Amino acid sequence: MSLSLATRSPMPPEEAAEPTAAESPLPVKVQIKDVGFRYGKFEALKGISLPLFDRRVTAFIGPSGCGKSTLLRILNRIYELYPGQVATGEVLVDGMNILSPGLDLNLVRAKIGMVFQKPTPFPMSIHDNIAFGIRLYERLPKSELDDRIESALRRAALWEEVKDKLRQSGLGLSGGQQQRLCIARAIAVEPEILLLDEPASALDPISTQRIEELIAELKSDYCIAIVTHNMQQAARSSDYTAFMYLGELIEFDVTERIFTAPRVKRTEDYITGRFG
Amino acid sequence: MGLYGRRRLANYVMVSLSLAATAFGLLFLVFVLGTLLKNGVGALSVTLFTQATPPPGSQGGLINAIFGSLAMTVIATLVGTPTGILAGTFLAEYAHDSRLGEFVRFINDILLSAPSIIIGLFVYSIIVVPMGHFSAWAGSIALAIIMIPVIVRTTEDMLSLVPNTLREAAAALGAPKWKIVVTVTYRSALQGMLTGVLLAVARISGETAPLLFTALNNQFFSTDLNAPMANLPVVIFQFAMSPYADWQGLAWAGALLITATILCLNIGARLLASWSGLER
Repeated sequence: MSLSLATRSPMPPEEAAEPTAAESPLPVKVQIKDVGFRYGKFEALKGISLPLFDRRVTAFIGPSGCGKSTLLRILNRIYELYPGQVATGEVLVDGMNILSPGLDLNLVRAKIGMVFQKPTPFPMSIHDNIAFGIRLYERLPKSELDDRIESALRRAALWEEVKDKLRQSGLGLSGGQQQRLCIARAIAVEPEILLLDEPASALDPISTQRIEELIAELKSDYCIAIVTHNMQQAARSSDYTAFMYLGELIEFDVTERIFTAPRVKRTEDYITGRFG
Repeated sequence: MGLYGRRRLANYVMVSLSLAATAFGLLFLVFVLGTLLKNGVGALSVTLFTQATPPPGSQGGLINAIFGSLAMTVIATLVGTPTGILAGTFLAEYAHDSRLGEFVRFINDILLSAPSIIIGLFVYSIIVVPMGHFSAWAGSIALAIIMIPVIVRTTEDMLSLVPNTLREAAAALGAPKWKIVVTVTYRSALQGMLTGVLLAVARISGETAPLLFTALNNQFFSTDLNAPMANLPVVIFQFAMSPYADWQGLAWAGALLITATILCLNIGARLLASWSGLER
């Protein structure tokens, strides 16, 4: 296990895997190293290497089937729910390879929250939805638990809308509220990394905007990775962008550069809408 | 006749045929229910619920049979529900694509369609014969065996309907598998699973053949589970075939009671199902 990649230190350029962001004096939270993925004979990802910086948003864009969601699903090993799927390479979170088999998976997932494309409120009250994750790790007295729930809902910009109906079912909320509930549920566990898999693609424009504002706020505390089909969303809400195509990382750079002066022709074709 | 005319004619013919087929099926149902109501309502009385089955030619009720049916159904449900739900959970959550899962599912489907008389004979040979006498225990077990495959099937189907994204969301929070199953998937599928249990109860509450070989019948009110126990289906079977008018009357009343109970269970199951539909 390569512990040489100390956290919260600038990434030395010679250690940076290709392709990489040009200059990056930022702490690396997650270092993805030569990650591959296959199920059956199909190779969904090939040799992906890139860093995810702490307190920054990294967007993954690319046409459907390029492997961006798959990559996200490796970062918390959720793919393991399905037998026959194999990931190779290393994912170093704070220098620790989370793909190594001996690890306590549930503790890894406690550090890495995930929000999915479709809102996934559990069939229980709003209160219990948030408490579900907290109770997995901590036994809190009721008042403290309620405080945690309130602060999570506040952080997810949902508190004002639901504070009077915490005992009602989470399924009764609108799609956008459900998605913010899921974000609140994820951050209530106090993770360090947030994985967002097309979190706004099932929402209307106003809800989408709220989610984007939320991402901008959460950025100050978390390392965020977001998969999106919406190019404007990537441009608006991310600091770094990775363009993927057919299971390979084509280009990774600061978002501004990807969208104004991409180095690779295929990236340019994609962001200008010529294919994909 | 033009193309349009021919299509209209074909449509007319098909709709008429479908309606006729529906009417044909409904006719018998209405006929059966009508006869049952006509003969059963007249035979209803308070003594049904206060007295045990009488000898021919004297007054009596069905309380021993009602109690027996209730007791054996309750025991069968207590045995069959957890077993069926756990097995269904195994199939849906743990062995979904595995060889063992396919095997168990196949066996369960066979059991699901096994004639109930075979199950009665089976319990007869493994319990009644060794014990040397008929008993309510044997009857309950036979009913439980009929119940289990129904519950296994509905539980598996209902759990399979729970979207995987929900399991993923719980797993992403770091919940261990058993916790995901118990707190998230069960809750999502709860109404459907309860509906399955209710339908299974409805199914066994009218079973006669397995009880003939196991609990048999008892003239007297008995709460001894180790002894033969009266039950509505066997009493109906016996009394309806008898030449005595008062016994036949009691058989009609018993049949009406069972039908009404099953109707209530079915309505309950429907309400549960539609309630769950509203929830989502």
